[in-house]
Amino acid sequence: MPPLLHATTLVRRFGPVTALAGVSLTVEPGEVVLVLGPNGAGKSTLLRCLTGLARPLRGTVQLAGRDVHADPAARASLGYLSHNALVYEDLTSRENLRFAAALHGLHDVETRVDAALASARLTERADSLVRGFSRGMLQRLALARATLHHPALLLLDEPFTGLDVPAAGVLRAGLKAERETGTAIVCVTHDPGELWDVATRVVILVGGRVVHDGPRPESLEDFRASYATAVAA
Amino acid sequence: MSAVRAAWAIARKDLRIEWRSRTALLTASLFAILVQLVIVFGRDGGTVSLTMLAPSVLWITIALSSLVALNRAFLLEREHGALEGILVAPVNRSAIFWGKWFANLVFVLAVIAIAFPLWVLFFNVEPSTTLFGVLGLGVLGAIGFTAVGTVFSAMTVRTRFAELLLPVLMLPFMLPPVFFAAQATLRVLSNRPMEELWGWLRLLALFDVVFLVLATLLFPAVVDE
Repeated sequence: MPPLLHATTLVRRFGPVTALAGVSLTVEPGEVVLVLGPNGAGKSTLLRCLTGLARPLRGTVQLAGRDVHADPAARASLGYLSHNALVYEDLTSRENLRFAAALHGLHDVETRVDAALASARLTERADSLVRGFSRGMLQRLALARATLHHPALLLLDEPFTGLDVPAAGVLRAGLKAERETGTAIVCVTHDPGELWDVATRVVILVGGRVVHDGPRPESLEDFRASYATAVAA
Repeated sequence: MSAVRAAWAIARKDLRIEWRSRTALLTASLFAILVQLVIVFGRDGGTVSLTMLAPSVLWITIALSSLVALNRAFLLEREHGALEGILVAPVNRSAIFWGKWFANLVFVLAVIAIAFPLWVLFFNVEPSTTLFGVLGLGVLGAIGFTAVGTVFSAMTVRTRFAELLLPVLMLPFMLPPVFFAAQATLRVLSNRPMEELWGWLRLLALFDVVFLVLATLLFPAVVDE
């Protein structure tokens, strides 16, 4: 049985700058992987390669054994949440979710959409245009959109950016609920504290290379100290 | 999922958004009216007759107001990074092109439907059954340049000057269909024999086929990073 996510020796360059210099990553079902690193380490580039948004110069990304770039159906088991909500302001919450359902070819659309709206606490705003939504509401809708098709793997790119404390708490609760259903999560972030208690593994990228890949340590404070050392080295 | 269903979902979403705001449609229609008015009132009435100008003006109007329409095609995908939401879905990139292209085509045809009666009015075109032929040419012409416009719109949307860049890239590609269609329109309005028309129709159809195929093949490379 192939791993859920298997990325091998990904290389990606932007002109003379090497963003990824042979990064490999394997994720098994149920894992929660935090990808950390300083600015320009290649975290977002890695995530964009994993989603299929960016093509690596070398290397492959496979989801359950299928190439994410060559086979569009491979992306059916993928959910993507970034600091952008990936929704349309001139559609309502419900219409945005229906559109996402149509793209995934889902059946029982209305049941799924209603359930997603309820879990995002947006039932009362289901038929409101997204244009007037706060940042927190947008991100809750974005999570509902990303998980509508019950993906086996959720890829997160700085999902807490711009959220206030209560909104971040609601998003964190939503992600934990996803984790409990067995969804694997790969989260690119600057702040390991955001998902520390559910993380199972930590990967540190520096200069486009993996400098650390191991199980999540018990203490966040100890980790912060060792992280600073790893990044400085 | 099937490419046709995905393309239809994308087209329906675009049309729903446009129908809700109608901003681009109103802008493009107003632009089409203004272009015609400027030419009607700006010409030298003693030397250039309206009849002579009519075919060219119709196609210049359609081409320029279509640029307004095509500009918005991917701009609406830019807010909140919505295009990425489509690109990470299990949808073939070509299906995304077909969905966007179809919505653009409907949009351009709506602009033509608004500009056409005004053109008949402003340019004293004889109302007759030949006008259906001219409308048919409108559809045939729009198919090709909306294909080109859809690809260029996707290409320029990530740039800082998308609204300025699109016309610069598009206009050279609009020249052939505008020329073919204006020539065909002139012959339709003059009730010339079909043999004179066939060549221009074939060229228009060839432009459509070539650029639909090319656009379908190029689009994945344009939207991938």
